[in-house]
Amino acid sequence: MSATAQPELLVSGTRYIPLWRVRLSLAWKSLRANWALFTENPVGLVGLGVIVFFGLLAAAHPILMATVWSKNVYDPVTGIDLEAGFHPAAPSARHLLGTDPLGRDVLSQLMYSTRFEFALGILSAVITVLIATTIGSIAAYFGGWLDAVLMRFADLVIMVPILPILIVISAIVANFGMVELAVALGILAGFGGTTIVIKSQALAVKVKPFVEAARVAGGSDRHIIMRHMVPNLMPISLLYMMFVVTNAIFIEAVLSFFGLTEIEMSWGLMINTTSVLGYLLRFDTWYLLFPASIAITMLCSAFYLVGRALDEVVNPRLRQR
Amino acid sequence: MYKFLGKRALQMIVTFFLFQAATYFLIDAQPGDIADLLINNPEIPPSERIRLRRDLGLDQPPMERFFTYVGNFYRGNLGVSFGQYPRPVIDIIRERLPRTVVLFLTASILSFWAGFVTGKVLAWKRGGFIEYSSTIGGVTLYTVFLPWFALMMIWLFAVQLHWLPTGKFLDPVKWLGVDFSANDIFLRLISSVFVAVVIALVGFLLSNRVDRRYRLPLRLASVVLPLLGVLQYWAASGQAVWARDIASHTVLPVLTLTLVAYGGEMLLTRTSMLETLREDYILTARAKGLPDRAIRDRHAARTALLPVWTGLVFSIGGSVSGGIITESIFSWPGLGSTLLDSAANADIPVALGCLTVVGVITLFSHLVADIGYAFIDPRIRYA
Repeated sequence: MSATAQPELLVSGTRYIPLWRVRLSLAWKSLRANWALFTENPVGLVGLGVIVFFGLLAAAHPILMATVWSKNVYDPVTGIDLEAGFHPAAPSARHLLGTDPLGRDVLSQLMYSTRFEFALGILSAVITVLIATTIGSIAAYFGGWLDAVLMRFADLVIMVPILPILIVISAIVANFGMVELAVALGILAGFGGTTIVIKSQALAVKVKPFVEAARVAGGSDRHIIMRHMVPNLMPISLLYMMFVVTNAIFIEAVLSFFGLTEIEMSWGLMINTTSVLGYLLRFDTWYLLFPASIAITMLCSAFYLVGRALDEVVNPRLRQR
Repeated sequence: MYKFLGKRALQMIVTFFLFQAATYFLIDAQPGDIADLLINNPEIPPSERIRLRRDLGLDQPPMERFFTYVGNFYRGNLGVSFGQYPRPVIDIIRERLPRTVVLFLTASILSFWAGFVTGKVLAWKRGGFIEYSSTIGGVTLYTVFLPWFALMMIWLFAVQLHWLPTGKFLDPVKWLGVDFSANDIFLRLISSVFVAVVIALVGFLLSNRVDRRYRLPLRLASVVLPLLGVLQYWAASGQAVWARDIASHTVLPVLTLTLVAYGGEMLLTRTSMLETLREDYILTARAKGLPDRAIRDRHAARTALLPVWTGLVFSIGGSVSGGIITESIFSWPGLGSTLLDSAANADIPVALGCLTVVGVITLFSHLVADIGYAFIDPRIRYA
């Protein structure tokens, strides 16, 4: 639909402003108001800072590979430094975080893995939110037997022990990689707890006057759900996306640490390599264990902290004022 | 209450059946079976492989095999382990289940109690250094990469301080040539400690009802006497060395899992208390001039407990996965590490058996948490 086909609004008497610009400015205004609420809490800003830091790390890796780091030495998977005498080598100017027992640069591995962690977290969060928002708004809007069936199903999914099931699945299913894991996690989280939370929010939206008005104006069910309910569920969906990301990164790290996934390189796999080659309980080679572990912990807590800060924006009862 | 229990039990049975079906068909849908594993063995001709398939029932349609499997499951026949052939799976599970249950229950109860007590105090002290340090500490514990945290615990308590052993369930050197089983000692150890804890709890509950003057001595007695009783029991049994060996191996895994679960409980209690403290009835209580302690413990904490308990229901899954990770890092031979080892070694009967039992544990904890909810919340009476 082009902008000119929209009905146009008369704003200042002389100038016609197209509807999309009004919407844009409204969105901008609410974004600024919410940003002010978000920045009130330093905890959320710290989390956002950490996420941006890891985002920069992920973005810097291809640049460094193209310019400073030679491919033979610094490639995260196949590189090997033949000049260092013994691997694993301790941190030095050449290798800021040392090398792993196979002679690969730890910092390069760490930076290279970051993009996959983001991709995994965001993919599973998007899948979760798509499923949960669809089911939640449909269940809340139509009610009745559909609601009962969907919610009983969600009750069942909550009770499923996710990690044990994924351990068995990833051990048995061949080629259980990043995408498969993200989809599995997204589906399990989407049909379970997140749906219940979003549905309870959708119930509150459903009784708002504008939904009633839309129905009186002749809006179809689909129109009301898509244009009136889903946009109002977006804030809480965004909030739950953060918690899904935390969970997804953690579970991927655990599964990779146990050596159950088919992933080229990830933080969990770095620790798995350390463990398989017998360096796990040797604390003198801390640089094999600490960087990846701290990165996992930091990124998980960053998303969690942003989620908590968003919770204070979305949920007015928690605000300090 | 009975109607609720019945409904809940029915729901659990349906869930469990779906869970079993999903896992069974998922594993069944994978290409290859045991006969294919022998395809490169020249001593086993194709005719033998066909016979093996027929004997194992692998030529039957999947539906039929599934119901045979479910039927056998309820008769207690979970098949035979590939890895420890020909040991029955049920035997392995029977040996390892108590360890996992003890780890899971102790860590859950301890972390819930400690998290609730400290969370409500921290909510009371709003702002400043304590708030930030407790939030950061809680979030770190809640999101820390558990394998790494467990390794750090080993490093601190076993490698640096030498207080506790690094891992495993017992020290094999001490057990050379003894004629009793480790599991027997473990079960007796757990039961003796359990009895002592129950006596101590009863003592505490009684102490709340007696006159203020006798309260402290009674509480002290209810802690010290059962403790002495347990020590006396093991000293008299002549097996104290071995009991001590197992106990010292148990401390570190339990402590690790408790600490990690504690962070979440503490944060949740704090948030829930903060919401409760804004209610009007707290203001009324303050206006009446009640002491802070009474407002905090008697007025606010009771209401704040409800969301925390709901959170407990959601965190059961997390505790179960935490238990698996902890067991595997400490090489603690419970159900979780067995599940992991068997899954990694394609020992499918054991993996499937452990997975189903872990599922049963999760379902039961959900049921217990739901029933507990009815006791805490006076508005809910599952009529």
